Amino acid sequence: MEWLGLYNYWVVVVLMMVGFYIVIAQGNLVKKIVGLNIFQTSVFIFFISLAKLDGGTAPVYVEGITEYSNPLPHVLILTAIVVGVALTAMGLALVVRVHELYGSIEEDEIHEQDGKH
Amino acid sequence: MDLLIQHLPALQVVLPMLAAPIVMLMARAPRLAWAATTLTTWLTLGVSILLVQQVLLHGSISYHMGGWVPPVGIEYFVDPANIVVLLIISLMGAISMPFALRSVEQEVDKAKHGLFYAAFLLANCGLLGITITGDAFNIFVFFEISALASYALIAMGKDRRAVMSSYQYLVMGTVGTTFLLIGIGFMYIMTGTLNLIDLAQRLPEVNDTGTIRAAFAFLVVGISLKLALFPLHLWLPNAYTYAPSMITVFLSATATKVAIYVLLRIIFSVFGYEFSFSELNLGYVLMPLAMLGILIPSIVAIFQTNIKRMLAYSSVAQVGYMILGVSFASTLGLMASVVHLFNHAVTKAALFMALACIIYRVGGVSLDRMAGIAKQMPWTMAAFVLAGLSLIGIPLTVGFVTKWHLLLAALEGGLWPVAVFLLGTSLLATIYIWKVVEAAYLKEPAEGAQPVREAPMSLLLPTWALTVACLYFGIDTSLPVDLANRAAETLMGGYL
Amino acid sequence: MNQVVFLEPALAIQLALAIPALGTVLIALTGRWPNLRDTLMVATAVAMFTMVLQVLPEVLAGGRPGVTLFELFPGLRIAFEVEPLGMLFGLIASGLWIITSLYAIGYMRGAGEANHTRFHACFAVALFAAVGIAFAQNMFTLFIFYEILTISTYPLVAHKQNVAAKMGARTYIGLLLGTSIGFQLVAIIATWWMTGSLDFTDGGIMEGHVGYGMGALLLVLYMYGIGKAALMPFHRWLPSAMVAPTPVSALLHAVAVVKAGVFTVLKVATYLFGLDYLSNLWTTEVIMYIAAFSLLAASTVALQKDNLKARLAYSTVSQLSYITLGAMLVSQLATIGGGMHIAMHAFGKITLFFCAGAIYVASKKTNISEMDGIGRRMPFTMGAFLLGALCVIGAPPMGGLWSKWHLVVGAADAGQVLMIFVFMISTLLNIAYLLTPVVRAFMLPPTDGYKGGIKEAPLLCVVPLSITALGCVALFFIADPLRNMLAGIFAG
Repeated sequence: MEWLGLYNYWVVVVLMMVGFYIVIAQGNLVKKIVGLNIFQTSVFIFFISLAKLDGGTAPVYVEGITEYSNPLPHVLILTAIVVGVALTAMGLALVVRVHELYGSIEEDEIHEQDGKH
Repeated sequence: MDLLIQHLPALQVVLPMLAAPIVMLMARAPRLAWAATTLTTWLTLGVSILLVQQVLLHGSISYHMGGWVPPVGIEYFVDPANIVVLLIISLMGAISMPFALRSVEQEVDKAKHGLFYAAFLLANCGLLGITITGDAFNIFVFFEISALASYALIAMGKDRRAVMSSYQYLVMGTVGTTFLLIGIGFMYIMTGTLNLIDLAQRLPEVNDTGTIRAAFAFLVVGISLKLALFPLHLWLPNAYTYAPSMITVFLSATATKVAIYVLLRIIFSVFGYEFSFSELNLGYVLMPLAMLGILIPSIVAIFQTNIKRMLAYSSVAQVGYMILGVSFASTLGLMASVVHLFNHAVTKAALFMALACIIYRVGGVSLDRMAGIAKQMPWTMAAFVLAGLSLIGIPLTVGFVTKWHLLLAALEGGLWPVAVFLLGTSLLATIYIWKVVEAAYLKEPAEGAQPVREAPMSLLLPTWALTVACLYFGIDTSLPVDLANRAAETLMGGYL
Repeated sequence: MNQVVFLEPALAIQLALAIPALGTVLIALTGRWPNLRDTLMVATAVAMFTMVLQVLPEVLAGGRPGVTLFELFPGLRIAFEVEPLGMLFGLIASGLWIITSLYAIGYMRGAGEANHTRFHACFAVALFAAVGIAFAQNMFTLFIFYEILTISTYPLVAHKQNVAAKMGARTYIGLLLGTSIGFQLVAIIATWWMTGSLDFTDGGIMEGHVGYGMGALLLVLYMYGIGKAALMPFHRWLPSAMVAPTPVSALLHAVAVVKAGVFTVLKVATYLFGLDYLSNLWTTEVIMYIAAFSLLAASTVALQKDNLKARLAYSTVSQLSYITLGAMLVSQLATIGGGMHIAMHAFGKITLFFCAGAIYVASKKTNISEMDGIGRRMPFTMGAFLLGALCVIGAPPMGGLWSKWHLVVGAADAGQVLMIFVFMISTLLNIAYLLTPVVRAFMLPPTDGYKGGIKEAPLLCVVPLSITALGCVALFFIADPLRNMLAGIFAG
């Protein structure tokens, strides 16, 4: 039961694999970015859930509450999300440029246009 | 002055970071943007030199960001190990800027200069930040800052393939940094801290858990992606080939070096020599990878006809040399790796600069376009040859200093075959450098090729400055060897 | 002698190196004015020889003048020290350069070759390297100059820039760089690792640091690593190098480059290993037999070559093995004999090559079978050829007699009777392949419709080859001082 009890980690692992698979297997540049996002998000969830304590609340001093969740990972992930958004923006910007230059966002078609490299 | 000295570590990173948005606003005045960027890089270099002085005089510096005491606050930490890397980055930034003026004017759309230089400063800032920070999560953030800036910079290359290679770099780089993030998360679960020194103290208690081993694996793989360790190097050749020349110079000299430094920090300082090499036998993993990483890219390099691409593959091979030094797990081997960080930065930057000079005049660096170029651009080619000798590792160049120490380290470890292997692979470098020399000196220019003039002074001077450095530090070896020795001893000693 | 000495030896050593280096730059810069360039080249050669000469008196007096340029790491120096063997090699290389530079001017203009400036500049670099090798104080310094010599001669071999030249040059550089980095450098590093020194020291540095088993391995690595000594089976580069213009074959592939090889062999044997140590290694004898085989096999191959330069090249391979063999006999006499053979063979073989070049310039002939009766047209050239051939064979009154004498006596001294027979058989082979061209040139009637009258090569070709031919004779008479100087190797 303990294995199942930590179901949040299972979710993380599944999401991570799904994301990773998309990054590797998809030939469409936009879908790759989507995969990358899922991959990153799984790590975010991992951080957030590891900080969560059963029954814990936000670390604000309130009478009668003794257990708090660890706020630090949450703060870190706030930063990581910003980074992730920047990455997505960058990636999509590149895809737009690729579409302008090649008229396609399918990897194999692009490689075909460029010869072997 | 005291105040300045006191806040040097912060200035090192903050200076380029604050300058970046200002430069970005100068989009209408490309020359001004260039001047401001140059000034910033030179100031950054000044800060680095002052830091070197401080570290040599007073020992390691611990700086508390915003006055928050670690491990709660973020700590910036300067010691003999990372001061070398800081110096390399700021030196390369400073020396590639005078070079950038003409080269970038030709290769990058004028309207984008402000953005270009702003991104360059951010890349600079990110790399410096990775090196100087003493906080694991901070490393991740700076990695992403420098990476994002580099993606943009690479995509500004003239060739449309630049955009695609930037995209590939983005995907692989992001996977790498995300792995890094996972590793950091695992370490945090087990120790509750992100400060590197604190981690080093708390890790031994939880060393034998699967979580920490997984953390170690994620960190090593993630960083290996960033430093282009074979076979995770696939992003590098394209990125270096199609990026604007000046960016290739800067990135080849700094980006992978910084990643290697982080790897060293993680392996030696945070997890410690005992854990990495005695318990997990990291050496058994790194050594074969390093050797394959030297061999295969070197062979691939021989068959390249685009010289920029050839040197990019050679960079992958050189990373192999650095990792090989690490895999010996000895102070001497580590020292060889650290000294190679510096030596290869200088050598490869000089080579790429020489190529940039040729690109500036000829427009490309394929082998047939370089035929007979030595008669028209004698100074450029002379620099290329000298730096090429250094890449091979001929005595009296900096390349030899590395090879010599690597060899001694191999012998010290009783690894005769590796020593022979090292010499054999130098021969491969000889072959690919020789191919260029043969084309440039012994072939006649192709029919109908436009005769060109020697590159302008503003390109030649930085090229020659680095070339002379290749020779000077190959003869008077004391400075780099001394710095590298201190760095290696510091790393071996761990944080304690 | 004392009248020409006006400089401190240490300064002279540095100048002897600086002058050809500076000469290279000057030659490269004055390429637009051929006469000025060629004058500068000869002047450089003369100045360099003068500088080498400055060092001679002190060496003759038993001194070993030296100078340290800089220290890379503790103990690893770029330093020079002149001992008798190096003095001899330095004198020969720089002295013959004067003659060769004159010859080269005549040849290059006469044969209508292109790219004179690159040719002469690379030549000067090669001489710079040769003197660096001669004067090196330690193996590290020697190795650096050894590699400079390899690289600087590559453009000379590839000079004609056609397919044959490029293929030849590729074999040339491939074998020389491959052996030197793959074997020699390994041996050097191992030596440094085990002994902590690379200095050339009387009696060697190995004893007490390196076991005999390891020493035996190191010897093989050194002997094959010094590819310039052309020990079989790594001799292919030398015939390949014959695609070069003849002055290159003459000075570099009969004197500077190949002698740098055997000189290094002698240096390594006497100053790194030491003869006593060498006699304890089982591979010494193995290398000796390989050298003997190489000596006979190359002679046999030479016999079958119709191309004159190819025949001379294989003859050189064979003669180089004399010296390697001499070093491996582990006898003082044989070592001295090897040293003397450097000088004797240098004069003999350079004469032969000069003649081959003169024949080419005058008649464009390269094969022996076409040279019937050519002696009537070119009596001076073929006369000099005869003298050179006799010197290489070792017949009196030629200098070659003395070096072979010492080698044979050395072999007897070392109790290697078999080696005496090897020397004798080889001498017979020498006669067979070197005298046949002379016989055909003088005895057989011309086949190419020659009408009579003398039609020699340009004066700038004939005069140098006459000088070196006379040198062969002169060496017969001055062999004693030479021997005495070389005996100084074992005086320390």
